[in-house]
Amino acid sequence: MSAATKTFPGSKVRPSRLPDLHQTLTVAVAGNPNTGKTSLFNTLTGLRQKVANYPGVTVESKQGQWSVATDCLVRLIDLPGLYSLEATSIDEQIARDVLLGRTSKIAQPDVVIVTVDATNLIRNLYLATQLIETGLPMVVALTMFDLAERSKLHIDVQKLSEALGVQIVPVVAKRRGGIDELGQAVLTAAAAGSRQKPGWQFSISGQNQTSSVSNLSRESWQELLTARYRWIERVVSETTHNDEAKQPNISERIDAFVTHKFLGPLILVLVMLFIFQTIFSWANLPMNLIDHVFSALGAGLRAHFPPGILTDLLVDGVIAGVGGVLVFLPQILLLFLFITLLEDSGYMARAAFLMDRLMRAFGLHGKAFVPLLSSFACAVPGIMATRTIENPKDRVATIMIAPFMSCSARLPVYTLMIAAFFSGQKVLGFISLGAVMILGMYLLGIGVAIIVAWILKHTLLNAPSPPFMMELPPYRLPNFANVAHTLLARVGVFLKQAGTVIMAISILMWVLVTFPRASATNAGSDHATQVENSYAGQGGRMIEPLITPLGFDWKIGIALISSFAARETVISTLSIVYKVGDDSGADSTSLVAAMRNAKRADGSRVWNPLVAVSLMVFFVLACQCMSTVAIVRRETNSWRWPLFMISYMLVLAYVGSFVAYQGGRLIGLG
Amino acid sequence: MTLDKTPIGSSVRIVSIEGPDFLTLRLMEMGMVPGAPARVIKSAPLGDPIQVCLGDYHLALRRNEARTITVAMDD
Repeated sequence: MSAATKTFPGSKVRPSRLPDLHQTLTVAVAGNPNTGKTSLFNTLTGLRQKVANYPGVTVESKQGQWSVATDCLVRLIDLPGLYSLEATSIDEQIARDVLLGRTSKIAQPDVVIVTVDATNLIRNLYLATQLIETGLPMVVALTMFDLAERSKLHIDVQKLSEALGVQIVPVVAKRRGGIDELGQAVLTAAAAGSRQKPGWQFSISGQNQTSSVSNLSRESWQELLTARYRWIERVVSETTHNDEAKQPNISERIDAFVTHKFLGPLILVLVMLFIFQTIFSWANLPMNLIDHVFSALGAGLRAHFPPGILTDLLVDGVIAGVGGVLVFLPQILLLFLFITLLEDSGYMARAAFLMDRLMRAFGLHGKAFVPLLSSFACAVPGIMATRTIENPKDRVATIMIAPFMSCSARLPVYTLMIAAFFSGQKVLGFISLGAVMILGMYLLGIGVAIIVAWILKHTLLNAPSPPFMMELPPYRLPNFANVAHTLLARVGVFLKQAGTVIMAISILMWVLVTFPRASATNAGSDHATQVENSYAGQGGRMIEPLITPLGFDWKIGIALISSFAARETVISTLSIVYKVGDDSGADSTSLVAAMRNAKRADGSRVWNPLVAVSLMVFFVLACQCMSTVAIVRRETNSWRWPLFMISYMLVLAYVGSFVAYQGGRLIGLG
Repeated sequence: MTLDKTPIGSSVRIVSIEGPDFLTLRLMEMGMVPGAPARVIKSAPLGDPIQVCLGDYHLALRRNEARTITVAMDD
């Protein structure tokens, strides 16, 4: 129909007669979300891809290499999903800017592959026709083609291709179906160069549809938009036919249970419970294994290296630091395995659908629910999971409150305090006081998170809520290769980005507890003396006046300082300062006894139940986790938010502990 | 009648959208153009958002947004 038809050979593939100039060809994959875009990208590139952030923003940029032919390598870019060139989110803006060549940082692609979901042609063709109008060399990859066939929807690809003026290649990424044809089509499109504008007309009084709507009156763009949809509907009805009357939708039948008034929330609870159980208990085995491997490695090094400062640095700084990072890996892997499965199957959108009303009460998006719940296991993967929230302010608000969810690293601290001061006590005669205390700590975290989210959304992150409009994609079986790709990418990000920061901080912490060295006469003889005289020890004494109102003495101060890196180190530090051997765990009876007997200079006891509560409150509210800080730095792409997070959480922790301790004393406790 | 008041399960046709520009534009781009058929599938357990079947796909939107969409019963 248009001149463009001359530039492509229909759906029949011609062998490429192209010279080697394609070595540097850049091809972008664009398309609506949930159209199998990333699946296609993964199939084309295999493992030859790298994930980075677009400059200055936190939108993920995925690039890879695609060997189209034996001698032809193409640079492939996986653009964020977009519904239209009129971008409404950062993701869409970036995709649009790359496609239209508006960004200087990334070259405009030579060819664009537009993924069009065969089972949802009309809405997908909206973006496709917009893109075709840009005149860029283009190929449409018709995805989900097998699903369309299975539901008896027949698409006349040749005819549709002629109507659109670009070549269309049906692909089934899972089975690599149509991949070679797609490659040839891309090379052909590249050789043909830019196309003429298509033959269809959506212009009114000289205005062209491709001009931005901001230049048009509301009536005009509404008219144009409607005209485009009418045109697409006509083309689709002319090029497709359904063998059978529309079958009852399978997804709708699944939804009858999954988003049912009563069953829906119940299923959500069960799903989350299962994930929790996995992260809390099943991850323990590999975590302990990693822990033991690193302890053994440290011990082995100590046995074979001469004792000295270098060995100490290696064992206590580097190995302990790396071990402290790697120990999170099983949890991150498992959580991301589940999140990817939930996402790819279509369930994640349902969870957001179920929870949106509740989350909105706190100014958050329905999609914040799963990341926040995940943070009860560990805030690090939880924060990484906020990537599903498109609106940047909603996302930052969610990240800022994620560490209030009591993570698994706080449990040993709670356990120790309860073992020492609340064991065996009952509430109402049959409920363990310890269980009530732990529940209270969890609720405290949640309550503060809700208040902080509300305040943030009304101050720093104040913005008109973007409309909540979310596609509920059809349920699909997750593709194993895709899940594996996502997991690998996440793990890589965690190890590289968090690893470097965490390593640096753990070496710093090591320096703080190691220097200055105890006097030469008793060097290395007494670990406790060393810690007490170290910078951390001096720090503990220095902050004592500050923490006395919280009920803490300087020894607890040392534990607080050292636990900034990771909460659970508070136990090993207390073990060191109370000289009960630094390998005792939270259930250590000797540590419990030492804490109960610890005396101040004036002979009064250091610890009592109120001090324990005050310390627990501090641990609920303070951001004592360098992994979290590192991942927030990475996810927000600046030091501003992580520093803000550390400071405001520290203030809250101080105020919380102060209120708990002084309030408790006022009413005669302690 | 507006979409948020449409009884669950009923089929309607979009008549017009009266919301602010950015919202109207996105709704129309998602396929809510005048004349398009839509079916209200259900509302979430807490009453909001609602799920609407639009041509070949399903869209969740809050009642606030649905209120800007005028529809006519399909008969």
